Amino acid sequence: MTLTKEKKEKEMVDAQAGPAEATMEPPADPARAGVDAQAKRIDAENLNIYYGEFLAVKDVTVEIQPNKVTALIGSSGCGKSTFLRSLNRMHELIDGARVEGSVLLDGVDIYAPSMDPVLVRQQVGMVFQQPNPFPTMSIYENTAAGLRLNRRRLKKTEVDGIVERSLRGAHLWEEVKDRLDKPAGGLSGGQQQRLCIARATAIEPEVLLMDEPCSALDPIATLAIEDLINELKRRFTIVIVTHNMQQAARASDFTGFFNIEKSGDPGQLLEIDETEKIFSNPTLKETEDYVSGRFG
Amino acid sequence: MNAGTVSTEPKQTSGKVRRPGDRAFSGLATAAGITILVVLAGVAAFLISEAWPAITAPVSDLPDGKALTHYIWPLVFGTVLSSAIAIVIAVPMAIAVALFTSHLAPKGLAASVSYLVDLLAAIPSIIYGIWGIAVLGPASVPVTDWLADHFGFIPLFAGPASTTGRTMLVAGLVLALMILPIICAVAREVFQQTPKGLQESALALGATRWEMIRMVVLPFGRSAVAAGSMLGLGRALGETMAVTIILSVSGAVTFNLISSENPSTIAANIALQFPESSGLDVNVLIATGLVLFAITLAVNMTARAIISRREAASGR
Repeated sequence: MTLTKEKKEKEMVDAQAGPAEATMEPPADPARAGVDAQAKRIDAENLNIYYGEFLAVKDVTVEIQPNKVTALIGSSGCGKSTFLRSLNRMHELIDGARVEGSVLLDGVDIYAPSMDPVLVRQQVGMVFQQPNPFPTMSIYENTAAGLRLNRRRLKKTEVDGIVERSLRGAHLWEEVKDRLDKPAGGLSGGQQQRLCIARATAIEPEVLLMDEPCSALDPIATLAIEDLINELKRRFTIVIVTHNMQQAARASDFTGFFNIEKSGDPGQLLEIDETEKIFSNPTLKETEDYVSGRFG
Repeated sequence: MNAGTVSTEPKQTSGKVRRPGDRAFSGLATAAGITILVVLAGVAAFLISEAWPAITAPVSDLPDGKALTHYIWPLVFGTVLSSAIAIVIAVPMAIAVALFTSHLAPKGLAASVSYLVDLLAAIPSIIYGIWGIAVLGPASVPVTDWLADHFGFIPLFAGPASTTGRTMLVAGLVLALMILPIICAVAREVFQQTPKGLQESALALGATRWEMIRMVVLPFGRSAVAAGSMLGLGRALGETMAVTIILSVSGAVTFNLISSENPSTIAANIALQFPESSGLDVNVLIATGLVLFAITLAVNMTARAIISRREAASGR
């Protein structure tokens, strides 16, 4: 029902973003069911991720489908967050951190020497474990924070429209519409996290990375975010790291299982498949042990 | 709690078991706290009682036959002007250096720059004074000449430029250097504490490094920078030696920063006049000291208010 409306809105935003950004969009395919805006796919090829000399994640080759939710599971320290952060070049912010191999966003290597990490992060947004709205900004300013960057000039009415649309998209509008100018710190944890999602989606990225977005939230707020994720995949490609196996089972289309042989070894992506298959009939014994709660 | 009931010291005060060590420590701490209050009250009482004769004396008995306010006004003006110059120069510079060391420079370079800036604080003010009059002053002469020639229409640079460089501008510059380390250290500490999560959020939105700093780091550090600036201002207001040595004084009240006609500052004036004063002149100098005390107290209380407002805002 809202399908055509949201599609239209997305196109409006694209038009506002100016011709330079608009040409980066692939032509949308309205025939695809359940998709409001064609997002981009990610292909990682032979990706090795290092902290200095330490190889943290070894040889990941994976295709992440557009407009699908891909969950990454695995025990702590197995490299799934590290892998996630390599998909929008956040990994390299740590001293000495680097990657080998390539990550293709619709065929374009985000690690190409000429690629500006700022442009990568505009297309590949991120939501973190701790809800972290900017404490000095109001709810409105938080949502609009990304719109003010990189010398983008938008009219006040355009920003108003995007803020409302993003907050509606994050299921937050009804709760905050009367106090948009209040500090974001006054919101509950779940509301703050939805605000962070609104903030990340306001700049219309192609991909949304979520690093354990619900682990600091109570079960009700968690369900609200999961509902939201299910809707967001109409417009974005979503990759989510989670420790919560039920969450992976409930919210994702594909699930990848990371593991390490033993402490100090690099993490590896052992298996990735449709979520249903991973949880019912995985190929590897390690995966089966993990999803059924038996550990080696 | 249960273990406490078998204490060797069964005496109880207001229902709590108190160990001898605790009592000794709390006694010492309380005594130290009270001492501070006593000293502060003593200084204030001394200033007021010694200034009183000057305040109540007939105008004809005062130096040069001027009313006390007329005597103090140019000194207050000079004190505030030199400190204002120092703050205007030092704050942006301190923020820039603090950002450089906390967010921009590679680790090794950042550490050595921080160390060098801290070292600036260790230089005695008399050395700053000598350096100001021997090096910076003469070096400033061509610049002030040029300023007077080309920007003379601005009252600040009206000229005629001093030929010795013993100007308000040089005094302000030296003061700026002296307060830079305080402001810089406070700003750096806070900038470094900016939550990683906020910085990453900004970067993940596609912010450049500078945009991230503007969006997250500066707002986070804003009130700390204000408080640090107040501390620096407090030092600049009271600074004596450097100003005494550098400034060529005439008692003129002027915004002209580059001439040899300058108002003195309260502290420098006391240092210059006190050895040769006696009788009521001493009381007059102490009255100026009282004014300085009041100004610095006000500045420090403002700094306190800013800090506590920040703490209230961040819910600590």
